[in-house]
Amino acid sequence: MAEISRRSKPLSVNPLKTSQSMGATLAVLGLNRAMPMLHGSQGCTAFAKVYFVRHFREPIPLQTTAMDQVSSIMGADDNIIEGLRTVCDKAKPAVVGLLTTGISEVQGADVSRVVKAFRERFPEFRGIKIVTVTTPDFEGCLETGYAEAVRAMIAAWVPPLSNAKTRPGRRPRQVNVLAGASLTPGDLEVLKEIIGGFGLYPVVLPDISDSLDGHLSAGEFSPVTTGGTPVSAFSTLGDAAATLVVGASLQAAADLLSERTGVPDYRFEHLFGLEATDALVTTLAGISGSPPPSRLERQRAQLQDAMLDTHFMLGQARFAIAAEADLLNAFSHLLREMGAEVVAAVVSSRVPILEQIPVDRVNIGDLEDLEKLARQRNAEVVIGSSHAVESARRLGLPLLRAGFPLYDRLGAYQRTWIGYQGTRQILFELANLLLTHGQHEDNIYHSWYSQKLDNRQEAVDHGLTEASLDSRWQH
Amino acid sequence: MKANEIAALLDEPACAHNQKAKSGCAKLKPGATAGGCAFDGAQIALLPIADVAHIVHGSIACAGSSWDNRGSQSSGPALYRIGMTTDLTTQDVIMGRGERRLFYAIKQAIDSYRPAAVFVYNTCVPALTGDDLEAVCKAAADRWRVPVVPVDAAGFYGTKNLGNRIAGETMLKYVVGTREPDPPPIDSLRPHLNVHDINLIGEYNIAGEFWHVLPLLDELGLRVLCTLSGDARYREVQTMHRAGVSMVVCSKAMLNVARKLQECYGIPWFEGSFYGIADTSEALRSFATYLSDPDLSRRTDALIVREEARIKAALASWRKRLQGKRALLYTGGVKSWSVVSALQDLGMEVVATGTKKSTEEDKARIRELMGEDARMLDEGNPRLLLETVRVYRADILIAGGRNMYTALKARVPFLDINQEREFGYAGYQGMLKLARQLIRTLESPVWQTVRQPAPWAKPREVVDGRN
Repeated sequence: MAEISRRSKPLSVNPLKTSQSMGATLAVLGLNRAMPMLHGSQGCTAFAKVYFVRHFREPIPLQTTAMDQVSSIMGADDNIIEGLRTVCDKAKPAVVGLLTTGISEVQGADVSRVVKAFRERFPEFRGIKIVTVTTPDFEGCLETGYAEAVRAMIAAWVPPLSNAKTRPGRRPRQVNVLAGASLTPGDLEVLKEIIGGFGLYPVVLPDISDSLDGHLSAGEFSPVTTGGTPVSAFSTLGDAAATLVVGASLQAAADLLSERTGVPDYRFEHLFGLEATDALVTTLAGISGSPPPSRLERQRAQLQDAMLDTHFMLGQARFAIAAEADLLNAFSHLLREMGAEVVAAVVSSRVPILEQIPVDRVNIGDLEDLEKLARQRNAEVVIGSSHAVESARRLGLPLLRAGFPLYDRLGAYQRTWIGYQGTRQILFELANLLLTHGQHEDNIYHSWYSQKLDNRQEAVDHGLTEASLDSRWQH
Repeated sequence: MKANEIAALLDEPACAHNQKAKSGCAKLKPGATAGGCAFDGAQIALLPIADVAHIVHGSIACAGSSWDNRGSQSSGPALYRIGMTTDLTTQDVIMGRGERRLFYAIKQAIDSYRPAAVFVYNTCVPALTGDDLEAVCKAAADRWRVPVVPVDAAGFYGTKNLGNRIAGETMLKYVVGTREPDPPPIDSLRPHLNVHDINLIGEYNIAGEFWHVLPLLDELGLRVLCTLSGDARYREVQTMHRAGVSMVVCSKAMLNVARKLQECYGIPWFEGSFYGIADTSEALRSFATYLSDPDLSRRTDALIVREEARIKAALASWRKRLQGKRALLYTGGVKSWSVVSALQDLGMEVVATGTKKSTEEDKARIRELMGEDARMLDEGNPRLLLETVRVYRADILIAGGRNMYTALKARVPFLDINQEREFGYAGYQGMLKLARQLIRTLESPVWQTVRQPAPWAKPREVVDGRN
């Protein structure tokens, strides 16, 4: 049980938090032919767009209702209607995600009422689905906004059990997957592969591995997403044999889906490490009635071997982590499995899972807090987003990049973390960071009496070149 | 190298292995031999000399598969980590161009890296084709005015151990005694304190571990003229003949160097170890004894009291966690007892120790430490080691890197104690690292995880290191 330290200072320095609207945007980007639209001033959208473009290195469909001075005061209903009409007309999406922001929430916009009005005025767009999500940025974080969007999609498109024509298990090979915000496109690909290996058919929602995986499509330009979960898939969820839920942040969405469909669900806080992956594989074996494919057995054995090889470095190694709660929870479990210690854990927002994270203390704070805690508690490795690069540099510690945003490494957005194979790569990388960072090298000592002439001018005059002078040469 | 020279090296009078009926080093048995060749031994012994260009004269297998794979650390130059080889080709061999290639290889090394000296290691192919290493080195040295030293230890001459000796012999023949030591730096001198010069032979500064010990030597006024060869410089090796005493650290391999330094220059020597509290203290005391300086003895005793108290306090909490843990030690020669005492210092019980390379004297020390019934293993094949771990209910196997994966595959906790390891354990301070590393593996939760079958598997027997 973790003790929670609340935010205790007026100024947030080097913030860790990403807004709820951004999280909801990410979820909508996991739908096919989708267009997220932020109901706010145009800056809300511009920043969000740049953020995701840099992270995914992809064009990101994202629109704005462009609230201005007048509409902010006098009401912005017209902006929504005008925005929806323009997007539906020009981009021809299958689905629009209308997401609120700080400004529209403070203003008190009733978005669903306006959408109803839009439907009445523009019946020609009835084929286009619209989901509205309440995502003020003065509450929550990326993960909660994402979860709220998933919940809203289920509320909008999965009919209640009473009048649904679905029956759990009617599609005995279908497995629904509610995928949390901490899963990358690479994670989802692997998850789908694992599920497929049992002869099951996964329906992932939202599926950013189909839209934001960085693929070159046949068409030149698309104003909307070119992949992702089709909205039509939502009406099949009730026929599935089971639902897998990945991410503690999705509890509310999972509760609603279960209530609406009656499909039994299996919830996983995360899929990092041997124990969590074992649980997933066992569950799938149960659902499918077939034993795990031999490929998985081999990958499991490979992970066990990697655990042994890396425990020499990772045992009792001290980690400082800044991430959203689900990701922090995943890393904390994995590191505990390896006998490592999380000495500094910083999250951006208060969420229910925090108490259950297997660390002594979780601080709600920013990267400045992370830096202070890491220094105080002698951390050896930092885990955080690209924003943590400078913190790690000042701390003189190596950084494992994870979370949002990752803008200074190509391909980082699609890295696979989960499952036996993903975990194995994390272990290798962490062990390597500890090795190459030379924390095991003893401090060099120069004898008072030394006859060595390494640093004296004579030695340089005698032609010791750079290579022969450089003692920090790494293994 | 001539057959009679090799025979002379094998017959090392100072070596305790050489005092029984079966004298000298044992002959190798084809099909049942593990261990390096003479070239390997020579290279290991000298490679840590950091400002030297080490050229391997031979075809690619010799240098190609061995360069930059040791854990020796340098406080300055990293030239020793640059792999250099003549990489002989078929044409070189057939047309006899090896010598010519070597000559220009030496030039290239000097031009590119300005080394303090060049060491040229002979290998099997040029030794067989008859390249005159010595002549080429001499010609190159005359031409380019940089010392060029031939190390004639081709692989087929014999074992790694022989290679160590050839390396030592080569230093004595070509390097030691070619320069007088610098006077100690003026700012290092303290009033009323005699500075003594010492040598350390067979200390390789693995993972920088000697830097745990060196500050203590400084404090006592013991100037290390040279360590052969951890973090050494060419100009230090040149001055070894002026030491007041030599310590042979944890290795029989270069006893010949210590003995000849005594024969030729009257330098007394002793064998010792920096592993464990007791042995580190013992080694420090020996310096004072051999240098017959009562003031040094007094200061040494004071330092030992201080350091032992400090380290014992620092180790207290670690000892609690290690108390009663059972270790199986399998390592060569001197380490078979020096590490035993280190482990006992940590409160651990050593259930058996390997004695394959130990002398009668070593075995006597083992009995002293572990009691008359001490279990000694003369042979260490993987099966026997694992069997012993099981029978003696050992919690951990401590051995050289090559046995690491044997242990891990059998799900037995392991500590690497040999040359390739990534952690330094020497001196008082090294004990903390040793304790930490032991705890790391012993208390790691991964053992539990890997011993359990997959949750979906039917219960079946999983190899468990403990029973």
